[in-house]
Amino acid sequence: MKYLYLVWSNLKRKKVRTILTLLSIMVAFLLFGYLAAIKQGFSQGIEVAGADRLIVRHKISIIQLLPEAYESRIEQIEGIEDAVHQTWFGGVYQKPANFFAQMPVKPEEFLEMYPEYLLSDEQKQAWLSTRSGAIAGRGIADRFGWKVGDRIPINATIWQREGGEMTWEFDLVGIYDGAEKGTDTSQFLFRYDFFDESRQNGKGLIGWYSVRISDPDQAAEVALKIDQEFANSPAETKAEPEGAFVQGFANQIGNIGFIMMSIVAAVFFTILLVAGNTMAYAVRERTNELAVLKAIGFTDRGVLGLVLGESFLLTFLGGGIGLGLAWMLVSMGDPTNGALPVFFFPTRALIIGIVLIGLMALAAGILPALQAQRLQIADALRR
Amino acid sequence: MAGPFNWLSQIASITKFNLQTLPQRMGSSAAAIFGIAGVVAVMVGVLSIAQGIQRTMENSASSENVIVLRSGADTEMMSGLGGDDTKIISEAPGLARNENGAVSSPELFVIINLPMRSTGTDANVPLRGISRTAMDVREKFEIVEGRLFEWGLNEVIVGVGAKIEFSGLEIGSTITVAQEEWPVVGIFETGGGLAETEIWVDGAVLQPVYRRGNSYQAVYARLESEDAFQEFKDALTSDPRLNVKPMREADYYESQSAMLYKLITGLGTLIAIIMGCGAVFGALNTMYTAVSSRGREIATLRALGFHSSPVVISVLLESLLLALIGGLVGAGLAWWAFDGFRATTLNWSSFSQVAFAFDVSPLLLTRGIIFAMIIGLIGGLFPAVRAARQPVSSALREL
Amino acid sequence: MTEGDGLLVRLENVDKIFKRGSEEIHVLGGLDLSIPEGEFLALMGPSGSGKSTLLNLIGGLDRPSQGTIDVGGDRIDKLSSRRLASWRARHVGLVFQFYNLMPVLTAQKNVELPLLLTHLSRNQRRKQAAIALDIVGLSHRTGHYPRTLSGGEQQRVGIARAIVTDPTLLLCDEPTGDLDRKSGDEILDLLQALNREQGKTIVMVTHDIHAAARASRTLYLNKGRLTTEAVE
Repeated sequence: MKYLYLVWSNLKRKKVRTILTLLSIMVAFLLFGYLAAIKQGFSQGIEVAGADRLIVRHKISIIQLLPEAYESRIEQIEGIEDAVHQTWFGGVYQKPANFFAQMPVKPEEFLEMYPEYLLSDEQKQAWLSTRSGAIAGRGIADRFGWKVGDRIPINATIWQREGGEMTWEFDLVGIYDGAEKGTDTSQFLFRYDFFDESRQNGKGLIGWYSVRISDPDQAAEVALKIDQEFANSPAETKAEPEGAFVQGFANQIGNIGFIMMSIVAAVFFTILLVAGNTMAYAVRERTNELAVLKAIGFTDRGVLGLVLGESFLLTFLGGGIGLGLAWMLVSMGDPTNGALPVFFFPTRALIIGIVLIGLMALAAGILPALQAQRLQIADALRR
Repeated sequence: MAGPFNWLSQIASITKFNLQTLPQRMGSSAAAIFGIAGVVAVMVGVLSIAQGIQRTMENSASSENVIVLRSGADTEMMSGLGGDDTKIISEAPGLARNENGAVSSPELFVIINLPMRSTGTDANVPLRGISRTAMDVREKFEIVEGRLFEWGLNEVIVGVGAKIEFSGLEIGSTITVAQEEWPVVGIFETGGGLAETEIWVDGAVLQPVYRRGNSYQAVYARLESEDAFQEFKDALTSDPRLNVKPMREADYYESQSAMLYKLITGLGTLIAIIMGCGAVFGALNTMYTAVSSRGREIATLRALGFHSSPVVISVLLESLLLALIGGLVGAGLAWWAFDGFRATTLNWSSFSQVAFAFDVSPLLLTRGIIFAMIIGLIGGLFPAVRAARQPVSSALREL
Repeated sequence: MTEGDGLLVRLENVDKIFKRGSEEIHVLGGLDLSIPEGEFLALMGPSGSGKSTLLNLIGGLDRPSQGTIDVGGDRIDKLSSRRLASWRARHVGLVFQFYNLMPVLTAQKNVELPLLLTHLSRNQRRKQAAIALDIVGLSHRTGHYPRTLSGGEQQRVGIARAIVTDPTLLLCDEPTGDLDRKSGDEILDLLQALNREQGKTIVMVTHDIHAAARASRTLYLNKGRLTTEAVE
């Protein structure tokens, strides 16, 4: 650690250049961190998807409806513990830009199926005793400034009410929180019985089933059994693990992950050139000084360590600040204003970021460091 | 010895001198060039996605075409029109007419699942039930392989985009709809629009499968002229029997793609700005290094009598030149790598796939190069000023 | 070297050949040299005669192409690069014509530099450096950076750095070459004092006859060979 002072002093040599290189590195890691959060937002759901849950939808497409009556038939299949249904309501709250998912469900069953949705007992009871009751995730409650007790009107685009009305009104009886960082807290859930009796068309039809299985390793087999049960019926099903379902959906949006990674790679490569160039210059200008250090008694490896030390110090400073800034920017909120269900700084990105800092420091500094190591004292001092 | 000519010749000689020493500073110059090239390539690449989607939307719309949805519906999927309504619509004034009657096509829109070639996972594919007049409405429609399906039969034709992106849509293969196998008999094009990611079938065949009775979702029609829109719209909205929303096709498609376009453009711009900052730092680094390594030479020039401003300008010119090279390299790279690259994404409005090609347009390329030049300007300005301001004596002493 | 013969440095039959591309340059050939402990030796000779090369060999900064070099009982021609480095740190102090101070460190920190290679604690390092700076008469300038010191002051810092580890051998390459007469004399006074009062063995390469006059013995290097007289 006593060499730290020396390493630090050397960085102060050309302050402007050091600061600029630091800023470049900072930018690279800022971008990395921010894009990691965006990628997480797009691929949300895949990681928090329940390993013991399947999604069962209409075989033709998710927008086709399934009979409510399937529920009991599914629950009788071996390996299945419980089945609940959800339906896409697809309404508009004030304006289309205020997008969030709304779904009618059976309260008690649903909350059991999704234990990661945390609701206080008090609010749960309120939901069970209010027909027009609804709960909203913390995410959208904060976004729209909703409080328990508010009346939330939503304009339906698909589901007309009996009597021709398109506006549905709900009473907000609870706000749920997510058990994990990645849990979706942007959903609006209301009661299925209220929905079924008020809707004009499609009575008894629901969107899809969430099914809990007793053994996650048997997921594929159980899914097959479900599909076989309803094969050759008017509404055939396609069952798959929740993770696969979400992944398939993400694939439809496009290979966002790949695009993000490519951008990050391009940026890193460029910054690496900048940083490496700086280090190379720093060494080239200092051949004399490095030779003196060797003359005094610093070993070849010692000098190598010194140059690498500068590279590491610089990169860790820049990278650390960059990641920190990314974290700050991410906490400022979803840049797409609601299109992403979750938006946070993934811990994994932090760890990968730190590893990348180390790699970049090594890559940028190794060649100049080797050059310093191989420096011949007599030659260098001759100048 | 004053005068603009002298001043210009000073700039010229200093610049020439600078450029001659450029090879010695290859390393840092290359770093700056690549940095800027990288920024431009990424910026152009990401924005070309938005551009490509935009293009697809534009190609879908014809200036004389209109679409009629149920009032209150924003998209085809949400809309519903009765068979009788569609007949009334076809009788409205302002519509083009040919030997078959009004060029107005009532259509049905549903979604089926097919696996994407790229990932193997299922994606939502639009299945459109059309009327005989559908081809007349879409002027650029053309069968490029096989033939049109036979009306009344369970046959389908597939858009070129759909055929490329999804498995099992070649002529001769079949798609499964409601437990039946419907053969693919033809491939069609519509001049690059959204429809090229669709599968078409006789609407009358599709209705019973989805139990729609005699109802449709939208009416696609062609006006006798662009200006006939108002007449057409007024006639429909004032008709007490109807509750519809007529729109120009262009407006409809624009609203469809608006969210996606804004999202991608927004993200792309944000990324470009952040990267741009990085490139500016890199360029500043390069130019400061360039200036300081030639500190003595510049000071000598000034001691000999060259004015300060030619020094500033020559450094700026060098920076701009590096930036221009970087911009051209980046733009060229983006064009070579991305232009025409096919991809699909989810069209939120129709909740189904839309195939598009990355569009690296001349406008985008120009923007990229301008962005590069701005980086070069900022990157060169401060070092240039510093080079000119430094006291000659101390610069000469610098070892 | 046998005990008691009082020799600190002995070179026997030393050759040094430099390769420039395909050309071979024989800088030193068959050179013998013995330096007793406590001597102040001046080396003179025309440019290119190999004075600095000889100094580098004695100090372990370079290896001979042939021959043996014994310093204080250590055969430094046989030591590995790494051993040589630590040997130098312990046994040799170097003073350069252009001072070679690190511009980013203060005078104090510059002098402490060789101590980083020892196991001394931070406080011990600071104390020892302070002592060295006191010896050279610069206690009042310890916190200054080289660019704010005059040439003479910088060289004194250089000497302080050279003696801070209490080495047996001080090697000086044109120590007054960049200084005016007055400052140069001060430096030479200092070197003489170190030699007489502290018994440091000093080998000094110089162009300056007045500087050489301060030494106890002067040798001349010409065409790779040592003589006791200057060649006209």
